[in-house]
Amino acid sequence: MSSPALARHPEDNNVPAAIAEAGPVPAVTPPVAPPTFGTIALRWYRLNQGRLRATAVGIISLLAFLLVWHLLTTYRVVFFVRFTNVPSPLAVYASFTKAIHDPKFLMHVVLSCRRIFIGFSLAAIVGVPLGLVMGRFKLVHEIVFPVAEVLRPIPAIAWVPMAIMLWPTNEQSIVFITFLGSFFPILVNTLHGMSLVDPVLVRAAQCLGARERSIFREVYFPASLPHIFTGLTVGMGVAWVSLIAAEMISGQYGIGYFTWEAYSLVQYADIALGMIAIGVLGLGSSVLIRGAGHLVMPWRSTR
Amino acid sequence: MSEILAGEPKGHIEVRNFSLSYDSIEGPVQAVTDTQIHVQPGEFVSIVGPSGCGKSTLLNAVAGFLKPTTGVVTVDGERVNGPSAERGMVFQQYSLFPWKTVRENVEFGLKMRGMARSQRERAARTLLGLAGLEAFEKHYPEKLSGGMKQRVGIVRALATGPKVLLLDEPFGALDAQTRVIMQQILTNMWQRLKISVLFVTHDIDEAIFLSDRVYCMTARPGSIKAEIPIPLERPRQQSMMMSSEFLALRRGLMSLIREESLKAMGGEISDMGMQGLNIELHGHSLADVI
Ligand SMILES: Nc1ncnc2c1ncn2[C@@H]1O[C@H](COP(=O)(O)OP(=O)(O)OP(=O)(O)O)[C@@H](O)[C@H]1O
Ligand SMILES: [Mg+2]
Repeated sequence: MSSPALARHPEDNNVPAAIAEAGPVPAVTPPVAPPTFGTIALRWYRLNQGRLRATAVGIISLLAFLLVWHLLTTYRVVFFVRFTNVPSPLAVYASFTKAIHDPKFLMHVVLSCRRIFIGFSLAAIVGVPLGLVMGRFKLVHEIVFPVAEVLRPIPAIAWVPMAIMLWPTNEQSIVFITFLGSFFPILVNTLHGMSLVDPVLVRAAQCLGARERSIFREVYFPASLPHIFTGLTVGMGVAWVSLIAAEMISGQYGIGYFTWEAYSLVQYADIALGMIAIGVLGLGSSVLIRGAGHLVMPWRSTR
Repeated sequence: MSEILAGEPKGHIEVRNFSLSYDSIEGPVQAVTDTQIHVQPGEFVSIVGPSGCGKSTLLNAVAGFLKPTTGVVTVDGERVNGPSAERGMVFQQYSLFPWKTVRENVEFGLKMRGMARSQRERAARTLLGLAGLEAFEKHYPEKLSGGMKQRVGIVRALATGPKVLLLDEPFGALDAQTRVIMQQILTNMWQRLKISVLFVTHDIDEAIFLSDRVYCMTARPGSIKAEIPIPLERPRQQSMMMSSEFLALRRGLMSLIREESLKAMGGEISDMGMQGLNIELHGHSLADVI
């Protein structure tokens, strides 16, 4: 993209100021009235009415779920599925209050989070730049894409035996499996985002004097961000799926192992506790990613 | 700085023996053929022509996005061989960066040039003020109306002080009132900056109202069918659009374009047995009206 025509013209540096001296151009500006606190509060309520309603309905729906669960277990309903041994919500709550004072349970949670953090971060650190580069440079795409396409359909759980052979410690192989689970969604979505970048924006940047590197940083990257974040969200979900599977098969610690162990030890309440903990952790991590998305892409969250 | 304003107009565009064909599966598509145009420094020139005649192709070649198949494009004697901040461009699709605020969009070219942040912020604020957009400097483009977006687009293209401004149907998507305001803003900025403007439009009134000269292109493969000087005096007012002089120019251009548009749709029209219409329109020519 470098050409003599792109060379800088130092004498042009003054031109914006030259326009500035030229005096105003007829144009319309909207009148701005300073709002009072009352009107702001009212406006906020009106704008968020839908969201408030959704929250209320959501809470009611969760309570209803708990109630149905409670009724099914207290009456030990057997109707195709058997609720005979299923712990009641109260039993799970009891084991929850016990567990939060139990350092072992907390250790399981912390270990799982650590594995997710390392595996997922590595996947993002490798997957996003690789996707960006593949989207920009055909040759890299041609080299990497076939390999990725062959490896991608293999579920992370199927990697467990191989991972155990590849890595010296159990911990490393579990992190590796978590990495693999989130890597492909991140890579594929980043690539997809790159393929959708509006070529007119690239042209606009070029005739404002942007070179290859700036175009990459200022156009391709921000334009792909929404898809990158889709990839991160999906990747985070798959990371948890892969982690729990790996922990159940080969782990000694972690919330997946905790849940499996509870089954072996016939502690039924702990099974449900483990499941709920996994759900809450998964939800929490995707909320974190969504929050990061809002921070990084302010132009989208003002919608 | 004022010496730049007072200085010589800049931006002499010359397109010589120009042709351009696109490669496609069915073989090369000749979009533009045997075309010569020029824009004098400080001149405002429009290109009109039937849809698909190669107006955008020609403009993109001047911008440096497309390489001519034959011929050369030069600006101030220098051969064009790639896009550059010397040639600002405004696109029909607005093409503002959605992830940048209005001010950051305007700053972009200055940032690319390596201007310090505080300096370019000040420059961008001043420019936005001139376009009546200072209240919107922190807005993201998505929230702006079409007219505002295009004002930002023009200001952004002018911020780097280009020699030439290229516009491809910039007001095509705007309503009539907004369009008139935009035309005034553009004229204003053009006169003050003394740069040359190459303006593609399909709106004949717009072309006449704005330009010193209008090129009319033939149907594809496009070439220059006629070159029409617009002797209307400046500053131009809306009321001029009712003057007999204006209307005569309009009638002339209109018939030229209609002739070409019909040629472009020639096959379909004769299929429908409408040759009568064709003949009737061939009766007009520019010489009759002027
Ligand atoms: N990338 C391409 N490949 C093949 N043909 C193309 C390509 N781009 C444009 N063309 C053809 O070249 C011709 C000229 O296109 P161009 O976009 O320059 O026309 P235009 O005068 O700007 O039309 P409009 O008024 O509709 O904008 C058209 O017939 C179009 O079909
Ligand atoms: Mg076009």
